Amino acid sequence: MRTDELIIALSRQTDAIDPSTPLRRLAVASLLGIAAALPLMLWRLGLNPDLASDAQTPMFWVKWGFAATVAAASAVLVIRLARPGVDTRRAAQTVALPLVALWALAGLVLLAAAPAERAPLMMGSSWNTCPFNIALLSLPALVLLLAAVRSLAPTRLRRAGAATGLLAGALGTAVYVLHCPELEAPFLAVWYVLGMLVPVAIGALVGPRILRW
Amino acid sequence: MNPANEARETRLRDLMVTALRGDAAAYAEFLRETASLLRPFFRRRLAQHPDDIEDLVQETLLAVHNKRHTYDPGQPVTAWIYAIARYKLVDLLRARAGREALHDPIDEDLDELGSDAEPAALEARRDLRVLLAQLPDRQRLPIEYVRIEGLSVEETARLTGLSASAVKIGVHRGLKVLAARIRGQR
Repeated sequence: MRTDELIIALSRQTDAIDPSTPLRRLAVASLLGIAAALPLMLWRLGLNPDLASDAQTPMFWVKWGFAATVAAASAVLVIRLARPGVDTRRAAQTVALPLVALWALAGLVLLAAAPAERAPLMMGSSWNTCPFNIALLSLPALVLLLAAVRSLAPTRLRRAGAATGLLAGALGTAVYVLHCPELEAPFLAVWYVLGMLVPVAIGALVGPRILRW
Repeated sequence: MNPANEARETRLRDLMVTALRGDAAAYAEFLRETASLLRPFFRRRLAQHPDDIEDLVQETLLAVHNKRHTYDPGQPVTAWIYAIARYKLVDLLRARAGREALHDPIDEDLDELGSDAEPAALEARRDLRVLLAQLPDRQRLPIEYVRIEGLSVEETARLTGLSASAVKIGVHRGLKVLAARIRGQR
């Protein structure tokens, strides 16, 4: 086929395009991912019995706020990575902010604590299940988000996969918060972050193959 | 950005924004302009495979069409087109050359793509290619990679399987033969 014939053929298919399509697709995938993780959490883990009283404490909202800000920052990054030719440096740096804030808070808490209290602050009572459960709850969102990103146009596939994994990890964490009994920043700084890194690693690993278009 | 590129950017962006509202004439015009943007872009990067250029232009046009929902009207449309073109180029090189494609120079400055359709320059390049084609591979490939594509001697040695000194000798002797032929033609 000659190029001008191709152009004529393509220009016949000109339905109007909504430039907010990328945002809409990511939003739908995120909401469906949360909708799938919620029953999974209720069935496998159960709601935190102290949820009502925990929600009175500021740390509960720090915990939830951490997940929410990582989700927001990584969603911005994913959208930028999914559009060809867009600069992503600032968005990538912004993703680190909630992480740095949480680690700073955890550092302060550890400094203020007596030496004997530091290990329990970090290990809590659920360190051995927390990262695994966060990873599990992020899987539905990961699958849906990878499909959404693939329908856009990522050009740096490994990075796009990793950023998609981070968004999925943050969404899984937002659901996990409803089960999690921990309320100490040092615990979150280690085990929440580790749990969120699992989907990041999966995304970076499969991105180059799965996100190709 | 130089004024010519800026004018082209403004024109292309207006066409694209109009096309995204469903205007077929603007869209056809946009695609034609995009094609004439892509040809020199690929020609410069695929000097040794001229047959692939039009295929790649078409494949990129198709990708531009299929992914047009990823264009953000607040973003330079030429940057968007070039990023897609570069992605398709890397895809092709990777498919063909496997590992070696990673060494190709695909990170050139976009703004130096101004000299699109200057017939004299195109003709000179075509003549050069005819002359080059008459050289044996051990001279032709080093000249193409080092002098035309701008690869280093080491990269060229890796791509061609020649030793580094053979690459240097190939460039030197090949250029001498070319110079003799050009003189002889006059």
